[in-house]
Amino acid sequence: MEQQVDATTFAMWLFLLTEIMFFGGLFCSYLIFRNWYYPAFVEASHQLNLFWGTLNTGVLITSSFTMAMGVWCSEMRKKSGLVLCLVLTFVLGLVFLGIKYIEYSEKWEKHHVPGFHYSMKSFTDPASDKEVHDKYPDDKALMPDMARHTELYFSLYFAMTGMHALHMIIGISILGFMIFRARAGAYTTGHITFVENFGLYWHFVDIIWIFLFPLLYLISRHA
Amino acid sequence: MSTDTIVRLPDQATARIPKVNFLSKENGLLSWLLTGDHKRIATLYLISITFFFAVGGALAGLIRLELLTPQSDLMAADTYNKVFTMHGVIMVFLFLVPSVPATLGNFLMPMMIGAKDLALPKVNLLSWYLYIIAGIMMLFTMATGGVDTGWTFTVPLSTHFVNTNVITAGLAVFVAGFSSVFTGLNFIVTIHKMRAPGMTWFRLPLFVWSNYAASILMVLGTPVLAITLVLVVLERGFGIGVFDPAKGGDPILFQHLFWFYSHPAVYIMILPGMGVISEVVSTFSRKRVFGYTAVAFSSVAIAVFAFFVWEHHMFIMGVSNYSTLVFSLLTMLVAVPSAIKIFNWSFTLYKGSITFETPMLYAFGFMGLFTIGGLTGVFLASTGTDIHLTETYFIVAHFHFVMVGGMLMAFLSGIHFWWPKWTGRMYPEKISQLAALMTFIGFNFTFFPQFILGTLGMPRRYAAYPPEFQVLNVFSTAGATILGIGYLLPILYLTWSLKYGEIAGSNPWQATGLEWQTQSPPLTENFPEIPIVDHDAYDYEWLERKEKEVTSVG
Repeated sequence: MEQQVDATTFAMWLFLLTEIMFFGGLFCSYLIFRNWYYPAFVEASHQLNLFWGTLNTGVLITSSFTMAMGVWCSEMRKKSGLVLCLVLTFVLGLVFLGIKYIEYSEKWEKHHVPGFHYSMKSFTDPASDKEVHDKYPDDKALMPDMARHTELYFSLYFAMTGMHALHMIIGISILGFMIFRARAGAYTTGHITFVENFGLYWHFVDIIWIFLFPLLYLISRHA
Repeated sequence: MSTDTIVRLPDQATARIPKVNFLSKENGLLSWLLTGDHKRIATLYLISITFFFAVGGALAGLIRLELLTPQSDLMAADTYNKVFTMHGVIMVFLFLVPSVPATLGNFLMPMMIGAKDLALPKVNLLSWYLYIIAGIMMLFTMATGGVDTGWTFTVPLSTHFVNTNVITAGLAVFVAGFSSVFTGLNFIVTIHKMRAPGMTWFRLPLFVWSNYAASILMVLGTPVLAITLVLVVLERGFGIGVFDPAKGGDPILFQHLFWFYSHPAVYIMILPGMGVISEVVSTFSRKRVFGYTAVAFSSVAIAVFAFFVWEHHMFIMGVSNYSTLVFSLLTMLVAVPSAIKIFNWSFTLYKGSITFETPMLYAFGFMGLFTIGGLTGVFLASTGTDIHLTETYFIVAHFHFVMVGGMLMAFLSGIHFWWPKWTGRMYPEKISQLAALMTFIGFNFTFFPQFILGTLGMPRRYAAYPPEFQVLNVFSTAGATILGIGYLLPILYLTWSLKYGEIAGSNPWQATGLEWQTQSPPLTENFPEIPIVDHDAYDYEWLERKEKEVTSVG
């Protein structure tokens, strides 16, 4: 039995390794294009809302904390504690997705979704985008040749955060299943592998965000 | 050829297939579809893989028929494009990648290390279902018009210029990729955590080592292919532009990402085959594999090198000259661990008591053809000759020597070698030796002329060619016919042997592996009790002592 637990956890770590390779392809593409089209990527990143981004980071880190508490409750065989932690994690996951929805719809309204009537007006004529222009008055108008590469930035933004959100949705679905099972008394009888491994997955998704946040929102905001 | 044989079968008059075994334990369709038993899953895999091999093989037959004449007459050029693409996609993703690991590996891995099953039986079953889903998606793709980009899904062709089923084909490969990730993951965990007491790393059979190396590649490489295909699908579906130069994207980036997986994939295909050859060569020359440690580490070395050579697929795609230089050198370095294997097998043969049963014949075929395939790889690794030879039939011949001459020979060798263990019955020896010989002759007839065609400059992937190339193409097509019969024969006589083959007994080859020390077909739990290992792999003296004990006690 112990061998089995050991094996499952090891398998989970290996699976997370494959996930790293999976996201690795996206990170690699992003870094290459960021280097090539630096001005476009900098100005496009100014379109992201730092407040929502930071808040979301906080939400996700808190959810990781509640998840870790869940694993602890499971180990300590505290049934109600476990259910509470799982529900909190579940809710925080939904909050994250809700905030992501707000951010996405901002992009949609500004025609910053690639492929759907993409408009680069905010970059060729920064003054037209008053809200962002007030925050970053130093942003210069880009020549159309460079400005059109902002579309690539948003493509990668949507691909990366979308792939991350997909992982969140999968995680939240599993959480729902786990809450259901935990209420029936599972995971608090000494068999904690499932909770533990799910915790690993949840933290992993969290860490992906920890890398996405600075890469997409933070670096060279003052360039 | 000597008529000596090491085969030792029980007295046929009294021998019976053990009543309780993994095949007979439970009956009914559900007992198969919901099984967790690695041997049953391996059986499911074997059947489905054979099916897709037949589909891919039929497509290959169509390609060769079309190329019988210089004009494009059997089919239109765009149909031809679809046929060779489907041939490539099916053979690579649905046959070669899972062939040895998912069938023989699944069947043998737990037995070889003295375990009851793989570490994660459910994940193992899941991987088979994913494989089937991928297969159905691929058949759907084919039925609704196929895809014609070549198996490499090259952008911008695949994203902008064709209106065939790139999306469904890409998603099918994506799903098949998950299936191989799960197989690889399962193997790594099993080898780390499930070894029997006394089974140290350096007592593992070399088959386990080479599958371990291949598993590392599956786990690290396949996700990169997955994300690449996702990006291709997004590009096609929404025009996200990552690979589209018109939007500032870069098609070369696609090549980098694609080959970062697809070069290691080549070693995913060949490494498990090398494991089979190690087992077979040792058994039929009655000697421990020469330089066991070197062979074991050469597998790992191939796995490591695999990740640092991908750019040699891109020498003519406008990458930097300096990087070509580095990648050319690194590519040639792969020849070192491959040569270590070939030399060590040769030294194993040296002064061994060699017998020529069918698995050994296939193994000889492997060694010769793989060596040719490997050495022509060095031509292609040299940047100068590569510019002349790439995208010609030379490259087609090169990778078929490695994949078909190497991997398929190894697969058939392994299937024959472990057939008695799997089914409890022997395959018919004489006709199978004939099949092995036919495969070898047919293979050389098919693909050797293609080396010459390539150096003469015949490009790959065209339905028509200049008339002066016809003679060699006729040779090649004729050879393919022989090869086809060579593959058909085993399917027929192996099926026949399920009922009429001689009873094999537990160890017909007098082999040393743990899998041979249990009944055939094995119990669902593999061993009546978990074995304790006190000897190295391929220790024939240990086997002799053990047999003596049994006879003196009995």
